[in-house]
Amino acid sequence: MNTAVPQRRSGFSFLLTDRGGRILLSVLLVLIIAVPILNLWVPESSPFHVPTFVVSLLGKYLAFALLALSVDLIWGFAGILSLGHGAFFALGGYAMGMHLMREIGGRGVYGNPILPDFMVFLNWKELPWYWLGFDMFWFAMLMVAVAPGALAFLFGWLAFRSRVTGVYLSIITQALTFALMLAFFRNDMGFGGNNGLTDFKDVLGFNLQSDATRVGLFIATALLLALSYALCRLIVTSRLGSVLVAIRDAESRTRFLGYRVEHYQLFVFTVSAALAGIAGALYVPQVGIINPSEFTPANSIEIVIWVAIGGRGTLYGAVLGAVIVNFAKTYLTGAFPDIWLYFLGAMFILVTIFLPKGLVGTLPAFPSLSRKSAAKPRPVSPGAPPVRQAAPGE
Amino acid sequence: MAMVQATMRPVGEVDNDSILYLDGVSVSFDGFKALNNLSFVVDPGELRAIIGPNGAGKTTMMDVVTGKTRPDEGRVEFNGGIDLTKLDEARIANLGIGRKFQKPTVFEFHTVFRNLELALKGHRGVLDSLLFRRGDDQQARIEEVLETIALTGAADMEAGSLSHGQKQWLEIGMLLMQDPELLLVDEPAAGMTDAETEQTAALLKRIAGRRSVVVVEHDMEFVKALGCRVTVLHEGSVLAEGSLERVQADEQVVEVYLGR
Repeated sequence: MNTAVPQRRSGFSFLLTDRGGRILLSVLLVLIIAVPILNLWVPESSPFHVPTFVVSLLGKYLAFALLALSVDLIWGFAGILSLGHGAFFALGGYAMGMHLMREIGGRGVYGNPILPDFMVFLNWKELPWYWLGFDMFWFAMLMVAVAPGALAFLFGWLAFRSRVTGVYLSIITQALTFALMLAFFRNDMGFGGNNGLTDFKDVLGFNLQSDATRVGLFIATALLLALSYALCRLIVTSRLGSVLVAIRDAESRTRFLGYRVEHYQLFVFTVSAALAGIAGALYVPQVGIINPSEFTPANSIEIVIWVAIGGRGTLYGAVLGAVIVNFAKTYLTGAFPDIWLYFLGAMFILVTIFLPKGLVGTLPAFPSLSRKSAAKPRPVSPGAPPVRQAAPGE
Repeated sequence: MAMVQATMRPVGEVDNDSILYLDGVSVSFDGFKALNNLSFVVDPGELRAIIGPNGAGKTTMMDVVTGKTRPDEGRVEFNGGIDLTKLDEARIANLGIGRKFQKPTVFEFHTVFRNLELALKGHRGVLDSLLFRRGDDQQARIEEVLETIALTGAADMEAGSLSHGQKQWLEIGMLLMQDPELLLVDEPAAGMTDAETEQTAALLKRIAGRRSVVVVEHDMEFVKALGCRVTVLHEGSVLAEGSLERVQADEQVVEVYLGR
């Protein structure tokens, strides 16, 4: 028996085998406990009080972190560079927005108990069929994941079956989000056109303006981020994850070993789109609006930059990247509103040149990733590989 | 070690005992005939070397057999009558045909052990993979192959850090994990030292017998070490076939290939 051979995994070891992930889950746990206390129970006069707008800002960062996680799952592990993930995020956001619109009921400006204000304004007589069912919370929540998932499945089925990968796939994902943006700008699509969906009143009967609801949304976001991280980690540490990395690094080799590469790509792409949709649904009630600008191609590119800055192929690196870049964005768009994009561009260039493995690949705080361990299984995530599509054996 | 001697058989005759049967296979790319009415037969357990100058169609032949390229015409049958021309790479691999690429292609970011585990014969579905747990017999099988390819000590190393020759062996090991009936091996000795080349020839001879092995090779010393029947390809069809001595004595072969 060779002691160098990795042992079999058991139980929940997949969650605890990397240090970055342990830190991430611990931080989320601390936030879930501390933020409600510091917001709701510490008096406003206290220096430790966390104002409600900060709670929602943190919630927004964590929603973006979940979005970045979904991109890292496909880009870092399967080599699928989607430049259209903003579309899945926005679709999830719209599904949530539709539910919040229906929950307004007769309290809108026009007082119509069924039709949202913008439909009354456009002289619509009845609710379009695709709005049916969104008054039910459970149905809307299902659609949050199912709508982007179904689009990703259809899109991925066509693309992966035809073996469209690499740059070509990236380009058509840009086209996808651009086409959706143009469609959602149209008033007769029935999604509020240019203005999108807004003026939400409450969710599940709780007033969206109240501190407690805001804190509740923050906790929901942190919990879903933790659960999604666990799901992604489960995928990447399984044999399925090994096959994804194999596809990323040597697609032909994987095919000639007998794996249906397109099935694996389709599976992970669909899961990733559903996670992006959930992120969008968490984002919308915390910022109070969803409109077609969320489909802007540049938004999708920004997500990829978060992942690259944080560290591709690690999952927790994507979370860190999203939070850091968005924190910087909040500060810089306030301090230097005209030149924020230059900062983003500079950050991306500097990280690409000097930290090719992203922030987490460089921090000395993560030695467990590079240390070889004889007794324990080594982490599956093999750092940040070069940004390319391997095509060996051609 | 036992090598089944190939019996002489006129090519073109329907042969249901064969492991691989190509009849009149043609493939053209933009007017260039990569394969031109190619026919040959490999018997079960046989070790066969395929030689030929650049552009003779050796790699295209492998592409056709493994489902990467569809032939324009002709029959390609495996294991006594399974038509390979309608199947894709994954199906053909699961039928029991393993392929080693010319450039050693392993999963560089995975350990040697995991490279072999991924090649392990078994279910290839997405859900199967998500729920996969390695069994004791599978562990034993991986260790056995590690032994065979002399990489036991490197089991926990990233495949990317192996030497060129070790990568070649790892890839052959991955083929063995698939438990194929037919191995197609493209230039296994390329970039190897003399000692490694000798070991590789011995390894392939050990594998043949239980399985059929088709080796594409340039290195004449290596082909000599294999000591098997040789098929010479030229311009997409078979120019000569027989023992190495016989084809080396063939005037046409000397003219087009050996250039003497």
